[in-house]
Amino acid sequence: MREILRRARDTMFWGLCLLALALVIAPSIAIIASLLQQSWPALNLNLFTNTTATNGLQNAILGSLLLMAGILVVAGPVGIAGGIYLAEFAPPARAGILRLGYETLAGIPSIIIGFVGYIVLAQELHWGFSLLAAILALSAIVLPYVVKTTEVALLQVPATLRDGAIALGLPRVTTLRRALLPPAIPAIASGVVVALAIAVGETAPLLYTVGFTSQDPTLNLFQHPIGYLTYVVYLNATLPTKLEHEVAGAAGLLILVMLLALIGLGRLVARRAARYAAQLPS
Amino acid sequence: MRFKLTAGGAGGNAGPTFLPSARKLAGADLTARDRAVRWVLLGAGLVPTLMLLFLTAEMVREAIPAFVYSGWSLFTGHVFTFGNLYVTKLTVHHGVSAPHGAAYGALPFIFGTLVSSLIALVVAVPVAVGAVLALTERVPARLQPGLSVFFELLAGMPSVVYGFWGILVFGPLLAKHVFPVLAHLGGLLPFFSGSVGYGEGLLTASLVLAIMIIPIIAATTRELVRTVPILAKEGALALGMTQYETAKVVILPYVRRGILAAAILGWARALGETMAVLMISGDLLNGFPANIYSPFSSIAATIVAMLDSALTDATGMAIHALAAIGVILLVITLATNLLGRLIIRRVSHGVVLPIGRGV
Repeated sequence: MREILRRARDTMFWGLCLLALALVIAPSIAIIASLLQQSWPALNLNLFTNTTATNGLQNAILGSLLLMAGILVVAGPVGIAGGIYLAEFAPPARAGILRLGYETLAGIPSIIIGFVGYIVLAQELHWGFSLLAAILALSAIVLPYVVKTTEVALLQVPATLRDGAIALGLPRVTTLRRALLPPAIPAIASGVVVALAIAVGETAPLLYTVGFTSQDPTLNLFQHPIGYLTYVVYLNATLPTKLEHEVAGAAGLLILVMLLALIGLGRLVARRAARYAAQLPS
Repeated sequence: MRFKLTAGGAGGNAGPTFLPSARKLAGADLTARDRAVRWVLLGAGLVPTLMLLFLTAEMVREAIPAFVYSGWSLFTGHVFTFGNLYVTKLTVHHGVSAPHGAAYGALPFIFGTLVSSLIALVVAVPVAVGAVLALTERVPARLQPGLSVFFELLAGMPSVVYGFWGILVFGPLLAKHVFPVLAHLGGLLPFFSGSVGYGEGLLTASLVLAIMIIPIIAATTRELVRTVPILAKEGALALGMTQYETAKVVILPYVRRGILAAAILGWARALGETMAVLMISGDLLNGFPANIYSPFSSIAATIVAMLDSALTDATGMAIHALAAIGVILLVITLATNLLGRLIIRRVSHGVVLPIGRGV
């Protein structure tokens, strides 16, 4: 009797766990399905040739890509350099403080960053709705991830490489460039990929820094608003007509496609990193 | 740091440390170029911390007039209105002036923020932990990479897409098929009975928030479960324990504290979520939701929704008031984040707590 009870409890527990797993998988499938279903009639080449003024997405796609490029140029180098400093040069106490700093920054709600970006950059510095303000606000959001992945990547480089370089009497920068960075690069790259994925999906920090326009983006850093995909999802989902929902769904789907491409890229890079690490002496 | 040849301050990753003089003997102490590069890198390393300080200082600076004007009623007041912006008549409180009729009571937003995120947390923690146990202990190993894509997908999904799904599909579905049943079953409980509305409200938003924070909690739980010593697990099985008993006696006690820390981090994320809540909350002003299905509003959603009209306030007080509720949100999220980190510092079996969105 007791034995049967134990078995029953075991079955029930794992049944519940599998149900929980199903509860994770179901929403992801449901969301993708609803995006497809809502956007189905709008999925054609007009999305790429028309701007949002005529129910296309051209300006929004270009704007999102431009913002991602901005992140790559600003947050990428700064974050990687910061991560290198934390892993290789910072004295332990200072590293602890700086680490607490970026961990805490990552916990700040994105709307706070958008709010300050608006007050300081758009208003007080008179940049207006501008590309540069948006890139800086987005950078504040993604920097912690780039710094962290870089730091962790360098710390995972086998100690033998470091010691070997030291034994050769190489200066620190040469050690870094020739021995430590090459094996760490795939992991660092995956951190940048995460930053791009976050940048393409953010809305709150952009609403009041870059504004929105249905014209194609320009490279002008100041006073020029830019359209981007997440805004179309937000605005059109709250508008009443079917056509607007279709465009919103299509924009959501495009973001998801970009996201999946980035996840795939991240995995590819991670696999290369694993293969590389397997060749290294431990 | 002068002679520390292994990872600076890594904590736990220390390789062999050489004799202090090894680098000097090898002539490899910092060269002029090393020093120059170090300065540049230091500059970059300071950026996130400086940004944090700047953001906090700027929020507080913007918020001070509103705190002075409203005092404690900022935390206890039920009415949040910018007042009559079209009349030049001003009201002066504690030496600070605001448009006539303005009141900045944030209690409904504070309530909405805390309650929606707590409901989300209560739903998300068991689901995340159960799903991870199923994934790591029960699902065939070759299915695991495929299934974990769903976690990554949920983690990366933009909040506007959650909002889109919430108002167009999930909310109406719940209001039609699930909430009536809940209202019927929970008829005796005060918050579960009454009108179920159209699916824009507290429970819908909380459930969507739960889905959003599941991947954060799951990612940490997965790392923690991986650190459970295999011998203890095998020992339990060898004693004839069922897998459930193994999970209960060996795995869960080992990871409990870490899960608590992950849950707190997930909570912090739910507290600060803006767009999804803005789209699904139904945006109730100046009041508390009548029941769990009713519209409400959160601090973050209110800032976005009202910033536009705040700009038209010539006294600037409306902006200060939004900054003030922003400071309240900032304090709550920073406190939860720090709490989560303090807890994990004391457990971590080499597990690093993820930051922000669970990276």
